[in-house]
Amino acid sequence: MEYFLQQLINGLTLGAIYGLIAIGYTMVYGIIGMINFAHGEVYMIGAFISLITFLVLGMVGVGWLPLALLIVLASAMFFTAVYGWVLERVAYRPLRQSPRLAALISAIGMSIFLQNYVQVAQGARVKPLPPLIGGGVNLMEREGFVVQLSYLQIIIIVLTIALMVTFSLLINHTRLGRAQRACQEDLKMAALVGINVDRTISMTFVIGAALAAVAGMLVTLYYGVIDFFIGFLAGIKAFTAAVLGGIGSLPGAMLGGVLIGLIEVFWSAYFTIEYKDVAAFSILVLVLIFRPTGLLGRPEVEKV
Amino acid sequence: MRAVAAERAGSSSWLWGGLKEAALQALVALILAVPLIGLKTVQEPGGLGLQTRWDAVAIAVAGVFAGRLLLVIVRRWWPQRPRGAQSPAGAARIRGFVRLLGPVAIAFALLLPFLPFADRYVLDVSILVLTYVMLGWGLNIVVGLAGLLDLGYVAFYAVGAYSYALFASNFGLSFWACLPIAGALAATFGILLGFPVLRLRGDYLAIVTLGFGEMIRVILINWSSLTNGPRGISGIPRPDFFGVPFNPSPAPDASAFHTLFGIAYSPIQRVIFLYYLILALALLTNFFTMRIRKLPVGRAWEALREDEIACRSLGINPTNTKLTAFAIGAMFAGFAGSFFATRQGFISPESFTFLESAIILAIVVLGGMGSQVGIVIAALVLIGGPELVRELEDYRMLAFGGLMVLIMVWRPRGLLAFREPTIRLSTFDRAARARGEASGTVPVP
Amino acid sequence: MPPAAAAAAAAEAGGQPPALLTVEHLTMRFGGLVAVDDVSFAAPDAGITAIIGPNGAGKTTVFNCLTGFYKPSVGRLTLSHPRRGPLYLERMEGFRIPQVAGVARTFQNVRLFAGMSVLENLIVAQHNELMRASVFSLAGLLGLGRYRRAEAKAVERARYWLDRVGLTARADWDAGNLPYGEQRRLEIARAMCSRPVLLCLDEPAAGLNPRESSDLNRLLIGIRDDHRIGILLIEHDMSVVMGISDKIVVLDHGRLIAEGEPRQVRADPAVIRAYLGEDEDEDLPPEVARDLARDAGSA
Repeated sequence: MEYFLQQLINGLTLGAIYGLIAIGYTMVYGIIGMINFAHGEVYMIGAFISLITFLVLGMVGVGWLPLALLIVLASAMFFTAVYGWVLERVAYRPLRQSPRLAALISAIGMSIFLQNYVQVAQGARVKPLPPLIGGGVNLMEREGFVVQLSYLQIIIIVLTIALMVTFSLLINHTRLGRAQRACQEDLKMAALVGINVDRTISMTFVIGAALAAVAGMLVTLYYGVIDFFIGFLAGIKAFTAAVLGGIGSLPGAMLGGVLIGLIEVFWSAYFTIEYKDVAAFSILVLVLIFRPTGLLGRPEVEKV
Repeated sequence: MRAVAAERAGSSSWLWGGLKEAALQALVALILAVPLIGLKTVQEPGGLGLQTRWDAVAIAVAGVFAGRLLLVIVRRWWPQRPRGAQSPAGAARIRGFVRLLGPVAIAFALLLPFLPFADRYVLDVSILVLTYVMLGWGLNIVVGLAGLLDLGYVAFYAVGAYSYALFASNFGLSFWACLPIAGALAATFGILLGFPVLRLRGDYLAIVTLGFGEMIRVILINWSSLTNGPRGISGIPRPDFFGVPFNPSPAPDASAFHTLFGIAYSPIQRVIFLYYLILALALLTNFFTMRIRKLPVGRAWEALREDEIACRSLGINPTNTKLTAFAIGAMFAGFAGSFFATRQGFISPESFTFLESAIILAIVVLGGMGSQVGIVIAALVLIGGPELVRELEDYRMLAFGGLMVLIMVWRPRGLLAFREPTIRLSTFDRAARARGEASGTVPVP
Repeated sequence: MPPAAAAAAAAEAGGQPPALLTVEHLTMRFGGLVAVDDVSFAAPDAGITAIIGPNGAGKTTVFNCLTGFYKPSVGRLTLSHPRRGPLYLERMEGFRIPQVAGVARTFQNVRLFAGMSVLENLIVAQHNELMRASVFSLAGLLGLGRYRRAEAKAVERARYWLDRVGLTARADWDAGNLPYGEQRRLEIARAMCSRPVLLCLDEPAAGLNPRESSDLNRLLIGIRDDHRIGILLIEHDMSVVMGISDKIVVLDHGRLIAEGEPRQVRADPAVIRAYLGEDEDEDLPPEVARDLARDAGSA
């Protein structure tokens, strides 16, 4: 029972991180109908920038943790957002009128480029970070097994909830959010009613990148080690989460993320850890076969 | 006076605008470069440290500025052609070019080993390029003809390689016996993997097939009892000349390739044999593709790609059509995999990553979907090119990714995108007349 | 006896041609929305039946149910195939309806294989026959004469229809490059190449000028008379509908409001109300009353 609870907590935490990345996928797919293949790399870049900012702060001598976290958060979100913005301008915008496959190849090319860019710029070895946030709250203890909710986990979950609320408000109550939803429904029509489609799409990429950056920072803190390859796997799982929750739906992305996190953690805990990635892919296949619109998505009727 | 002044101002305003553009882009490049290029994490005794590299940042920023300015200047002199469909004259020129290039290329390929500059290195690169050409032609059946986005093609390549490795090592079967087995197994996997994804379209199909490719790789790594796990399978039987081995020093009563032909032994003989082997396999794939396009199955593939709903309305079974495309495409990957295994003598799961699938897909798309010659050119550029700059090992993949983006942005439809119709009424009549068959009669349909 | 067979028998006894297509209690629901509500009608063989009605009446939904793109919520769709007997379309898998039942269709937004040539479009339509003749293409792969002969026959049939719709000169053009009117004609030719017993046309006259419309009329009447198949068409263009229909079915808000010969339907007050608006106290506008009187007199 205690073991189960611990896995539950771990799964929720991991799921929150996946959810943040998944939001980027779902927003971009909802608005321009393509999978941003390079989004995983954007998350990876966010992680690296967080790491570097931490190191800078360490060298400069900023010791107080909450301030450091805030600075790292801002820095990671800012720089990663710029990367996301450039990504869209360079690799996707020129191909908006072109066949779908061209955009897909461009996205894959960008993904390969970014991965190797970081590898060349930062070196191929894993980058460790000493644990910065330790300790936690002991929830339960029985027969020597402690169910612990670490402070870091609390931060992750609280931060994720805060971001979710912020962006839900953004989507539902601001002009940008309305513009985004309009573009999601019908891009051409949105342009015809005067919405600046280019800017809306750019903003979508920027927001998605910023959220992925947060995920990157949290992962750096949580796992203490990152490398240039984490984007690929996390990207696939986050995309699975977005599809599971219903592509185009923000709450769906978070729900999907949490589910994928839980599945991954429970699978590793109770079955075997080697095939945990296969578990995520299998979920994706099953969802797409049996419920392609996901849990919170709208069923699509074929237009003949 | 004012008009002249205005014109002079107008003629330099583009330069001013270009400078502003370049400056802006350089600024963005600065923002991008500072964290990741300017500050490098290095392993120090106490943990991670940071190293500053402002010179690299300066180079990057200057490069972006100069590059953009150059582009503005170039565009001024050569304005960009409007995007859109190709002009009929342009299409006709490409068609003529391709018709000429095909036979020339084949002739060149046949003669290559005997050309003066064809040393071991050239042959090795050619074998590599031809392997990717075959894989590209195979994937073209799925992606180019049937329009199904397969990002997990490497899985079938792996099945073919491992099939050959296991059957040849454990049962001692020859390459020619293993080839159909590998193809059949790969085709079976094609059907198995294709079946769940039939209803998916576009990007979804891509991601799921990517997932399948990864799953196969993970299974290969973890099912050690069968596949020997991450260590891979070594000691795979090397190729022989239809039963006659390429042995440098055979036993007195055994035969060897060089004794059979009365020539001196040379290690390059095996390489030349491998070269012709892959050339034959690739050409087989090509001829098959060209033939099947003229058959109901091939036409159904292309119709499916054009409009699946219209296909259904004509009574074409989309499920079977798609599965056939998957299976046959997978079969050729299986053949290529067998070749790969026998050429290397050693295989491991590391050879079958998603990157391979991406490269093969890039070759198909960059070449121009459905264009056989385009795929050859794309393979030469993407595989042969980086081989020539092997020294810059680190930057190879970087350049590769960048090249993919650049080519797609420059030519979204691929380098040689055009489609040769499978049948022409005029040609059909002429051929029928030549065969002496009556034509033009109006039957009761 | 099942209702369709009883109706067919009754029709034959009464000297009428048996119905090719019998629709009984067709209902289509999308969630809470009822697009088609208990619609029943029959379409005669070797006859042209038009389905008309204001926009949103459910006409294309009926088509989609008949041609396998929707599964009806309720209903029986009986196709009395001349060689294969009664077939129940509501049970058949999408692509089997054209394949087995011989129901071909065209689309509101023309769906050609745009990247393929005109001739190739017509050959693809004969896919099933060619697959049978070539043993799933194997005969072709092996270069057997059997396939060559089958392909030649297919080309001949294509040529016949190219001739019929006047596209022979454009046989080698890319279908996507044809002007709009010719694309529509090609779609009809393609549907006919699949040798249907029932041809369903979704707004074939949309976007055609009057001359093209009368050409279309001639084509459809020719198809009916020369090939003796049933034609079902959705149309808004009254010159086409009134000009060639043997029978008209009128839908409004998902329900059938009239069924019969053009003359009857035209004068049916329910039909007029559906097209001109619901206001029972209002007399018919004088122009309409005049037209009706004139038609009644000339009929």
